[in-house]
Amino acid sequence: MAELWQTYGIWTATTLAYTLLVVVGLLLAVAYLTYAERKVMGAMQRRQGPMTVGPFGLLQPIADGLKLFSKETIIPSGANRPVFLAAPMVLFSLALVAWVVIPFDKDWVLANINVGILYLFAISSMGVYGVIMAGWASNSRYAFLGALRSASQMVSYEVSMGLIIVCVILCSGSLNLQEIVLAPRPLWMQILLFPMFIVFLISILAETNRAPFDLPEGESEITGGFMVEYSAMAFALFFLGEYANMILMSAIATTLFLGGWLPPFGLSFLAFVPGIIWFALKVCSVLFFFIWARATLPRFRYDQLMRLGWKIFLPLTLFWVILTAGVLIVFDALPG
Amino acid sequence: MFDQLARSFLLTEIVKGFSLTLKYMFFMPRVTINYPHEKGPISPRFRGEHALRRYPNGEERCIACKLCEAICPALAITIEAEPREDGSRRTTRYDIDMTKCIYCGLCQEACPVDAIVEGPNFEFATETREELYYNKDKLLANGDRWEAQIASNLAVDAPYR
Repeated sequence: MAELWQTYGIWTATTLAYTLLVVVGLLLAVAYLTYAERKVMGAMQRRQGPMTVGPFGLLQPIADGLKLFSKETIIPSGANRPVFLAAPMVLFSLALVAWVVIPFDKDWVLANINVGILYLFAISSMGVYGVIMAGWASNSRYAFLGALRSASQMVSYEVSMGLIIVCVILCSGSLNLQEIVLAPRPLWMQILLFPMFIVFLISILAETNRAPFDLPEGESEITGGFMVEYSAMAFALFFLGEYANMILMSAIATTLFLGGWLPPFGLSFLAFVPGIIWFALKVCSVLFFFIWARATLPRFRYDQLMRLGWKIFLPLTLFWVILTAGVLIVFDALPG
Repeated sequence: MFDQLARSFLLTEIVKGFSLTLKYMFFMPRVTINYPHEKGPISPRFRGEHALRRYPNGEERCIACKLCEAICPALAITIEAEPREDGSRRTTRYDIDMTKCIYCGLCQEACPVDAIVEGPNFEFATETREELYYNKDKLLANGDRWEAQIASNLAVDAPYR
C-alpha cells in the first residue's frame, strides 16, 4: 500500500491540487475579466462603469455570479433536453482542458507533452461543437442561425490560424510549447513574425466570437444568437466559457509570439521578477486588446467576415508560410 | 490603387480608431455622475413634485380660486371649497393625481398667490399607485418640507416672471 502511494498517490494528489489551483484561478480571472471589460469600456465611452457594489464596484462580478446562480433555468418545451444541457458543459469544459499544456513559468505546466500546440489547436477546434449543439438543441431560429454563423466563422479562421502556427513552428523547430517559448528568436525573426502576430490577434477575435466578429451573438440582428434560449447557470456556463476562451487565446498568443514567461523585449536584467508575473502581464495586455477592439470597432457584416477570412487572411498566411520557410532555408537558419 | 491597398493592409483606419478610443480612455473627463451619491445641478425653474405653501404666520396661501384646477390640461387637480368659520374661503379638499400630472407647470403660473408650486424634488417614486394620489395634507407637508428651497428658487426667478 505504501509502495502504491509512493508510485501513484503523490503524483495524483499533486496533479489534482495543481488542477484545482488552475481552475479556481481561471474562474477568478474570468470574473474579474468581466469587471475589467465593463470598466475599460466605460472609460473609453466616458462612463464610470460599475461603481455601486463594493469599493469601485469591485464586488460586482461576485454579485452577478450570485444572481445567475439564484435564477431559474428555463428549458424550452421544444428543446432536445440532453443536448441542450450538454452544450454549455461541452463549451465550458473545453475552455478548461486546454490549460493543461500552457506553461505558466519554466516547468510550471500540468502536461508537458511534445505535441502541445497540436493539442491546443484540436481543443480550440472542438469549441464549435458546443455552439452547434446549443444552436440545434434550442429548436429556435435565432439560435440556429447563430450556430451556423459561428460554425462557419470558426472553421474559416482556424485555417489561417493553423498556417500562422506553422510559421511559428518553422521558426522554433518544436511542437512543445515550452521549447517554442525558449527557442532563440533574433530580431529579424521577430520582424518576420510580426505581421503574423497581427493576423493572429485578429483571428483570435473571430475564433472567440468577440467584437467586431461577434456575429454568432449578433444582439441587434439575431437577439442572442446561439445562446438566446439559455438562462441562469446554463447561460453562465456559456459566459464563463467565452471569457475563459478569451483568456486561453491570449495565453496562446503570449506563448507563441510574446515569449511566454520570459521578460519582455529580451531584457534579461528583469529576470528576477517571477516568470508567472510576466506571463500574467502579457496575457492581460492581449486581453486589453480584446476589450479595446470591442470598444472601438463596429460589427462586421457576414460577407465581409468571410471575405476577410478566405480571400485575405488565407492567401496572406499561405504566402507568409512560404516566405518564412524560404528565408529560413536561404539564411540557413532552420532550427533543430 | 496601390495607395488604397497599402492603407488597408497597414490597417491605418483601424489604428486611428484604436488611438481615438485610447485617447478617450485616458484624456477625456467622465460625463456621467455617480447618481444616488452625487446629483446634477437643477434650474430654479425646475418643475418637480408639487407643494402647497403657507404664509410665514402659518396660514395656508390657497384661497380656493380653482384657477389651477381650471387650467390643468391633464385634469389632475380636484378641489372642493367652502367658507371657514372665520368667513375666509378655503379648500376642504385639494387632490393632485400625480399619475395624471404632466408637470407642465401651468398650475403654478395660474396661481395668483403662489400657493401651488412645483418644487425641486424629483425623487418621489413609490411602490404603489395609490401613494401617488396626493391629498391636501400631503401637499401641505411637502410645502413645509421644501419651503426654504422653494422660496429661494422663487426669489431667484422673480425678475423674469
